[in-house]
Amino acid sequence: MAQQLHVELVAVEERVWSGEAEMVVARTTEGELGVLPGHAPLLGQLAEPGQVRIKLPGGEQVSYEVAGGFLSVSAEGVTVLAESATPVSAAQGR
Amino acid sequence: MAAQVRVLRQRIRSAKGMKKITKAMELVATSRIAKSQARVEASLPYAQAITGVLTALASNARIDHPLLTPRERVRRAGVVLVTADRGLAGGYSSNAIKTAESLIARLRADGKEPVLYVVGRKGVSYYRFRNRPIEANWTGFSEQPSFADARAVGETLIKAFTAGADDVDGGAGVDGVLGIDELHMVYTEFHSLMTQTPVAKIIGPMQVEDRPRSEGLLPAYEFEPEAEALLDALLPKYINTRIYAALIESAASESAARRRAMKSATDNAEEMIEKYTREMNTARQAGITQEISEIVGGANALAASGSEV
Repeated sequence: MAQQLHVELVAVEERVWSGEAEMVVARTTEGELGVLPGHAPLLGQLAEPGQVRIKLPGGEQVSYEVAGGFLSVSAEGVTVLAESATPVSAAQGR
Repeated sequence: MAAQVRVLRQRIRSAKGMKKITKAMELVATSRIAKSQARVEASLPYAQAITGVLTALASNARIDHPLLTPRERVRRAGVVLVTADRGLAGGYSSNAIKTAESLIARLRADGKEPVLYVVGRKGVSYYRFRNRPIEANWTGFSEQPSFADARAVGETLIKAFTAGADDVDGGAGVDGVLGIDELHMVYTEFHSLMTQTPVAKIIGPMQVEDRPRSEGLLPAYEFEPEAEALLDALLPKYINTRIYAALIESAASESAARRRAMKSATDNAEEMIEKYTREMNTARQAGITQEISEIVGGANALAASGSEV
């Protein structure tokens, strides 16, 4: 069983999603990026408009359309900061 | 006599009407406090996260961002004042205005020219009435501010702050726009349902705290894009977050102040109703007594004159 990643997705007005995940995929201004457990500390600005995909342990996936976002990876986990985040329906989220 | 009773009855009716209105406003304000407090609560995770990110960034990057460096000479200082859109909130708006006024007096004494930015109709009308210039104002959201409102305020302020960088004595600099060199914010802190205090805080330039770390070095962060570009993108967002926090806290304070004002108005109306009811009863009883004594007096007079009925 692989290690898990603690993920928090927070928007300005509320905490949108928080929990354990296997992988977080996001696109920064430099390019697409996948974060697995044990990733080196990282701060990134997300591309606009950007989608953040969170892969859950069960093989499921949640996706959010994120505006004005930042990604922070530290030893504690992954934090996605967003000005606004709207869920993308599973069909669109691939 | 009957006329007096009628007048009193009229007064009681209007006091009852007033009581209904103030009671309704009290209830609305009470539910708004809870909502505003929930929003303050909901905004905390983001505020903490962005502070953490900035701390990590500031300790890894060279810090010479215009939003972080104090200007050598402060000519114009921006003052953001948060007031209510509507009245009937006790001393809420006037207390905030008073705090802003003392801040403005202090800035003037330091040789800085205050520039006013006002949120809320009450503050706007205060300064309009006194013919004092307002640089920009925003109204219509004081009770339920959204982040979009805070961003609108923040963008104007950051633009002004950036424009102030090249100002020279007695005029705008190269860009031809008069900016500001310092940014203060006056809003009302929410302590409890009974206590809200207006405060004046400086939000620009920001001060980076150098806290000695207990446990060695911070982890070496990777940055995408470079740290400087990230700082450029993050700082305005941070200011917007601060403004949003101030707006929602003020909204909670406003509702609390309104609830208290409406509660005492309701109590007053109740007192008045009771007083008038007593007066009315006295007057009615006096009328009845008089009528009886008139009848008795009339009957006695007839009896005395000896005429048989």
